[in-house]
Amino acid sequence: MQQDTTAETPRAEIDRTKGATRAWLSGRWTVEHAGAVEREMAELASAAEGEQRVIVDLSDISRLDTLGAWVLDRTRHEFGQNGIAADFVGARSEHHILLNEVAYRGFQPEPAKRRHQLVDVFADTGETIVLAGKDFARGVSFLGEIVTALLRVILMPSRFRFAALVNQLDQIAFRGVPIIVLISFLVGCIVAQQGIFQLQRFGAQTFVVNLVGILILRELGVLLTSIMVAGRSGSAFTAEIGSMKMREEIDALRVMGLDPVEVLIVPRVLALVIGLPILAFLSAMAALTGGALVAWIYGDIPPDAFLARLKATIAMNTFLVGLIKAPFMALVIGVISSIEGVAVEGSAESLGHHVTSAVVKSIFMVIVLDGFFAVFFAAVKY
Amino acid sequence: MKNDHQTDEPGDQEVVIRVRDLEVGFGERLVMKKLDLDVYRGEILGFVGPSGQGKSVLTRAVLGLIPKRSGTIEVFGQDVDKLSTERRRGIEQRWGVLFQQGALFSALTVRQNVQVPMREYLKLSDRLLDELAMLKIEMVGLKPDAADKLPSELSGGMIKRASLARALSLDPEILFLDEPTSGLDPIGAGEFDELIATLQRTLGLTVFMVTHDLDSLYTVCNRIAALGDGRIIAQGPMDRMLASDDPWVRSYFHGKRARAATAARH
Repeated sequence: MQQDTTAETPRAEIDRTKGATRAWLSGRWTVEHAGAVEREMAELASAAEGEQRVIVDLSDISRLDTLGAWVLDRTRHEFGQNGIAADFVGARSEHHILLNEVAYRGFQPEPAKRRHQLVDVFADTGETIVLAGKDFARGVSFLGEIVTALLRVILMPSRFRFAALVNQLDQIAFRGVPIIVLISFLVGCIVAQQGIFQLQRFGAQTFVVNLVGILILRELGVLLTSIMVAGRSGSAFTAEIGSMKMREEIDALRVMGLDPVEVLIVPRVLALVIGLPILAFLSAMAALTGGALVAWIYGDIPPDAFLARLKATIAMNTFLVGLIKAPFMALVIGVISSIEGVAVEGSAESLGHHVTSAVVKSIFMVIVLDGFFAVFFAAVKY
Repeated sequence: MKNDHQTDEPGDQEVVIRVRDLEVGFGERLVMKKLDLDVYRGEILGFVGPSGQGKSVLTRAVLGLIPKRSGTIEVFGQDVDKLSTERRRGIEQRWGVLFQQGALFSALTVRQNVQVPMREYLKLSDRLLDELAMLKIEMVGLKPDAADKLPSELSGGMIKRASLARALSLDPEILFLDEPTSGLDPIGAGEFDELIATLQRTLGLTVFMVTHDLDSLYTVCNRIAALGDGRIIAQGPMDRMLASDDPWVRSYFHGKRARAATAARH
């Protein structure tokens, strides 16, 4: 039985005689014809204005649904408010049930909260500052938890999850090598090229080796690696731990008497602390290779000359400055992304939100930390 | 309590969903083997079967979420394979689905969730849009203050109700319910059954309900179909199911839990 939904648009035929308005409703008073339903009833309402009595005949309505019933009952209610006696007659039994079911009641729209804009600015600023403070406190306490768990593991080495550590090292370090090496190589090329172009003006293009060597070993290698790892592995941590939190896996671990920090977070943070220096070293080597290649092509500095000059300009400390920073960067990334992971709540939206904020906060903190290190090393003249 | 909802036609009732020779498979495994099923207008069909036998697969195949290998599915007398996109969308507006986990959009409040299909398909004034959303929310037994909550702030029972409100937002003719009472406490489940029966009566819905809940089967379903080995192994009203010879159907309806449910009824 095929019913054509476009036929039978709702209609209200209005007749005004002898002090009463009579209306005959017909057609399908349903959602498909929502616009017409509203229009017809508005017409009836305006026609009945100032009348004493309205009689609405529903017997020809072929189909009624909640929308139709709601609009009908709303109109009846409005008639009542305007002091018009309204009779709705002839409703079929099933339509009658529906009319009773939806019985009109006013829904008060929520009063919109209005505050002064200036107050809002202050309130938001205050909230942000308090939240940042709480974040910091949470970070420190979480670091404490990780260290305690680490100490427990050191005291009882049998509890250490070696397989998990190896697995994480594979994920973080080994699988990260190609992309980090590639990016570092390219950045090394770019730095060398720009350096050569600028230094050529002073006829000092051989100094590009100093520039590239010191910049990459002290700063760029470790910074690039940390940012890449924060994006690659930090987000993965948060997503993994967060989705485990969502599905109550963390609670399951806890009720089995296992410490989630020890089981999930210690291997990850440890893998980061081991993996990031290795990656930073590889990154520095790749960037130096890129720099040497560009110096050869653009600056006519052959590789043996590049190496000889590099050896003369950098000392062990240049190399170590970069590498010392790496484990600290790793710790910052690990702690931030673990905290964000544990903070995930029920919804998928919350997961997405926390993954984003893990990456943003990690990268921000890595750069801030690098700044502190620069100040520190300058102060101790290392 | 039975719903003796009759259609206008005497004799044979109108078939709203007709499935014939349906075959659905994943890889090597054939889940539906030449399955036939009719759903009549105005009935509440309870669909039972052992776990992992593809009850949800059948629902999803009818809804067009899983491709079928062969067979035909007719909804409102129209073969869904032969429809233009536009006509297919027309059919989709005439059914509502309650997914097992609710499937509420997590970024939207309950009210916005209910309004999604309305905004998409209907041209309504803002006032009517809000009123209708609130009406549906109240109809499914949620308090008005739930309207502005996010799904993550709701309990399991409230999620089911909110999701039902969304399924009802376009006043559908067919309602698909995938385990509507799973995860609800017995009182909540009973209320939910009651709600579905009331809605079915007032709105004249056809309800296709996948369920494991014997109480639901007893209280609200007019007809029950049992799935086994990719086919319908038994179908009919409760007394027919009780009289069935099929071993699975027998153990399902005569097991300890079934006896308890029966006893509670007398």
